[in-house]
Amino acid sequence: MERYYQPEIECASREQIKAWQDERLVKQVRHVWDNVPYYRKKMEEKGLTPDDIQSSDDLHKLPFITKADLREAYPYGLVAKPLKDCVRIQSTSGTTGKRVVAFYTQHDIDLWEECCARAIMAAGGTDEDVCQVSYGYGLFTGGPGLNGGSHKVGCLTIPTSSGNTERQIMFIRDLNATILCCTPSYAAYIAETMKEMGLTPDQIPLKAGIFGAEAWSEEMRQDIQNTLGIKAYDIYGLTELSGPGVSFECSAQTGMHINEDHFIAEIIDPDTGEVLPEGSKGELVFTSITKEAFPLLRYRTRDICMLTREKCSCGRTHVKMCKPMGRSDDMLIIRGVNVFPSQIETVLLNHGYPANYQIIVDRVKSTDTLDVQVEMTPEMFTDNMGEIAKRQKELVDGLRSMLGLAAKVTLVAPKTIVRSEGKAVRVIDKRKI
Amino acid sequence: MSIKQISVFLENKPGSLYAMTGVLAQHKIDMRALSLAETSDFGIARVIVDDVYKTATVLKEAGFVNNITPVLGVAIPDVPGGLNKVLQILTDAKVNVEYMYAFLGGKDTEHAYMIFRVADESAAAAALAARGIQVVQQEEMEKL
Repeated sequence: MERYYQPEIECASREQIKAWQDERLVKQVRHVWDNVPYYRKKMEEKGLTPDDIQSSDDLHKLPFITKADLREAYPYGLVAKPLKDCVRIQSTSGTTGKRVVAFYTQHDIDLWEECCARAIMAAGGTDEDVCQVSYGYGLFTGGPGLNGGSHKVGCLTIPTSSGNTERQIMFIRDLNATILCCTPSYAAYIAETMKEMGLTPDQIPLKAGIFGAEAWSEEMRQDIQNTLGIKAYDIYGLTELSGPGVSFECSAQTGMHINEDHFIAEIIDPDTGEVLPEGSKGELVFTSITKEAFPLLRYRTRDICMLTREKCSCGRTHVKMCKPMGRSDDMLIIRGVNVFPSQIETVLLNHGYPANYQIIVDRVKSTDTLDVQVEMTPEMFTDNMGEIAKRQKELVDGLRSMLGLAAKVTLVAPKTIVRSEGKAVRVIDKRKI
Repeated sequence: MSIKQISVFLENKPGSLYAMTGVLAQHKIDMRALSLAETSDFGIARVIVDDVYKTATVLKEAGFVNNITPVLGVAIPDVPGGLNKVLQILTDAKVNVEYMYAFLGGKDTEHAYMIFRVADESAAAAALAARGIQVVQQEEMEKL
């Protein structure tokens, strides 16, 4: 039996959803016009006033917001509420080292957690479940979002955060965790470890998993499902919009329902910005129509995606998006962390290295690896092994603090980084997703 | 008083050293001594050659990052306790040896040669001289 957290919303008629979107968008546009000079200026540049937006049909008139805008407006430029009304920030990495900082009022947190609660119930969760949240807690939205959603559903929540796999498995077994929330690669790692321990699916209490924050394939889903004896559900979100729970999978496992009462989704041509008809492949753009503190209008996610309004067997009426099929920029998602090659370049330059580098991403035993290869130069070279190793370590530390991720640094011989047509190939992604 | 060693950056992977020795062979450079130090992903080849500047140039042209490092060469009688005696002197003079390697004397069968990389070469050379051990000069080394 399909379970819903808010059935009257999740299964509302299309007309009702459109009515909510019309009303909320008009209100949201007025809210940003009144409170965010940055938006007002962008709208004025296009000759728009709030009166031009009478319903969601007028959405296409509004200017886009991009990561570059977030960087320019950092940290407070897009905040639409007085800071005294804000209760939380979450953060993700930006393109060149400046982080994206998103603000939340209590209302925003509640709505975000409700979205996560919908995802947990769509995965079959109830207040009888024990939900282990093995996403990272902290600035990353994964842990806090699912933690809040789990509370809203009434699950007994185990906030293990990520890492310490032995302890994760101990809690799953000793406290009979039935739902596991983490990145798909970590789920695969936990599954492999349990398999190596000789555990069979019937000895593992888990029944469902909610896995997101990075790309994963249908084959990976099957592997995780078979090894753990669970159903594995995808979840999607962005810190810029709230976090996980912008969309989530239902029992049909054929796409993620976008919470359309909070977000309006569009698919655009990434080159022209033109809105494409339903079913087209293009860049996913979101407008948050209920967020108070950090409302983004027409935010370009850079995720390449498709939308479908085909009737879903689960009974939900909200539009479904497919798994993102790629990016329209060069962002990499490594162990759930957003990484831009430009960030790595910034660290290299800051440490006095030339921008001769190559990023090699791979997936070893279900865990993403990041290897930054740097060409040795006469200036960097010394006969002192310890000195070279020390500089190498400084670079590793610099990358960790910039990316929030452990990277390996390999020094390679000059001119060994492959150049095609004179331009270095910066990223080699060997992962088969 | 010190002699010139060429230190070459090499990736720690099959064929790296071969590529370097290939360049030396091609330019008919004669190696007196060779030592390798390595981590898991890179290494440094340290060589004493018959023509330092030519070697540095041809390696650079072939794309090998390298530099010239001053080291001490010491001829040690090839008998038991020979090295021990030299180390005793350096120890007494509180000279720290960063690394060292040995080679036999080529045409000179009486001696083994040690290459020392120390923090303070003149202090080391002076300490050795005071106890009757002469360091090898560059020209001597090239002729060995």
